[in-house]
Amino acid sequence: MIRFFQHLGHSTTSSFAKLGRSFFFLTHTLTASVSVIPRPRLLINQLYSVGVLSFLIITISGLFVGMVLGLQGFYILSDFGAEETLGVMVAASLVRELGPVVAALLFAGRAGSALTAEIGLMKATEQLSGMEMMAIDPLKRIIAPRFLAGFIAMPLLAALFSSVGVLGGHMVGVGMLGVDDGAYWSQMQAGLDFQDDIINGIIKSIVFGFAVSWISLFEGYDAIPTSEGVSRATTRTVVNSAFTILGLDFILTALMFGDI
Amino acid sequence: MDNSVDSDTEIVSIQNLSFSRGDRKIFNDISLSIPRGKITAIMGPSGTGKTTLLKLIGGQLYPDQGKVLVDKQNVHQLKRADLYTLRKRMGMLFQSGALLTDLSVFDNVALPLREHTTLSESMIRSLVLIKLQAVGLRGARDLMPNELSGGMARRVALARAIALDPMMIMYDEPFTGQDPISLGTLVKLIKEMNNVLGLTSIIVSHDVEETIGIADYIYVLSEGKIAGQGTPEQIKNLDSEWVQQFMNGHADGPVHFHYPADNYHKDLFEN
Repeated sequence: MIRFFQHLGHSTTSSFAKLGRSFFFLTHTLTASVSVIPRPRLLINQLYSVGVLSFLIITISGLFVGMVLGLQGFYILSDFGAEETLGVMVAASLVRELGPVVAALLFAGRAGSALTAEIGLMKATEQLSGMEMMAIDPLKRIIAPRFLAGFIAMPLLAALFSSVGVLGGHMVGVGMLGVDDGAYWSQMQAGLDFQDDIINGIIKSIVFGFAVSWISLFEGYDAIPTSEGVSRATTRTVVNSAFTILGLDFILTALMFGDI
Repeated sequence: MDNSVDSDTEIVSIQNLSFSRGDRKIFNDISLSIPRGKITAIMGPSGTGKTTLLKLIGGQLYPDQGKVLVDKQNVHQLKRADLYTLRKRMGMLFQSGALLTDLSVFDNVALPLREHTTLSESMIRSLVLIKLQAVGLRGARDLMPNELSGGMARRVALARAIALDPMMIMYDEPFTGQDPISLGTLVKLIKEMNNVLGLTSIIVSHDVEETIGIADYIYVLSEGKIAGQGTPEQIKNLDSEWVQQFMNGHADGPVHFHYPADNYHKDLFEN
């Protein structure tokens, strides 16, 4: 019994300690981000590996999600004779929810896990402490450019996901199931609000980009520098990012669309 | 033993240092002093915290007690910016080399110059080639770290460590995993750099022969204490059972080869 409480106490204090470390890490990263401005080359390299290399998975997933939405939406809407509104349904689902959320989940799996593994291995192979001994701050040279890249790439990838999804919905709805082409686009244009739908979706993806970059870089930086430690940290990145994205999504949706 | 080095010739001074990891005491109240311009070796079996000592000197770890003075500055009370300024004057050669794997050999050596100086790119190129020539790897400048052997990686790391012409350089196990040829050149290189560039060298090692060959002064660590110190000659003749066991590599002595365990026979045949 005592051991149970001991264990409980220990895990509580250690998770709070970790939370504290992660905030400390975040503030240092944010202040270090200023030093990236004079050296855009570092940021561009990271934008490539975090953003451009995620293009394929985001595009293909977006296309299929859009196609499924087109298919499912058509069956439900046609029950009410409202196939014409398929465009609104597909676009609203994507822009408001699926775009930011699914793109962020994919981003965490594709780019976040890679960031954690990279930073964790740099720690394990003493590259980070080697830089410190050369008086080069790894937060400025390594962490900050990656953080900014994640932060910038995420909204762009979410936008890409939504756009490709809309095209996927069009392909299935208009191309295969015979919804009127003009109605698909005009209903979408009329039904979607720039402020409520598009801007809110972008805000969501910015928040998710911030969270995923923070989680994945911190997990790497805080990893136990062994192969097992890095593998656990990578797993934690994906799991924690997923929880954080979904939890934040609920909160943001409630704030944006609910009357809470 | 003469331990009174006057403070002008002393570059690193460790005073009453204690450090522990968890419950294990790595250092228990040790004091040592490293003179300027000499090669000082710190020896001891694996796990005696030799690397930890270098990290304490470099300010990467904080001691529980005691202080570390580098060039008369207390490393652990410096502000971050001052610590970084001090570190620019200390080179450290990690056992693994710690090269950045996404940069080529050339860019690795150029990194400290690009980060800390405003030299022109052509100047940096010349400096990097001079440093690479010194370690015999000028021709390997375009290779990536994963294309290097362990010994080559360490020589590149050495070139990088001397890129900013530091006042002292710390070697973490420089001799392990080197083939006889590169071992010979490395020993010669460390010695030459110390004499020609006027560096101070601190070598942490458990390779007795090579270290004795080039060190001016040796500290032998054991179980958190200094078990012996002196010039190589003094160490060889030191009247300490422990030091003799370590220097001569005897399997038995004050240090046991076996980790404490139950009776072997009993362990095998009972249960």
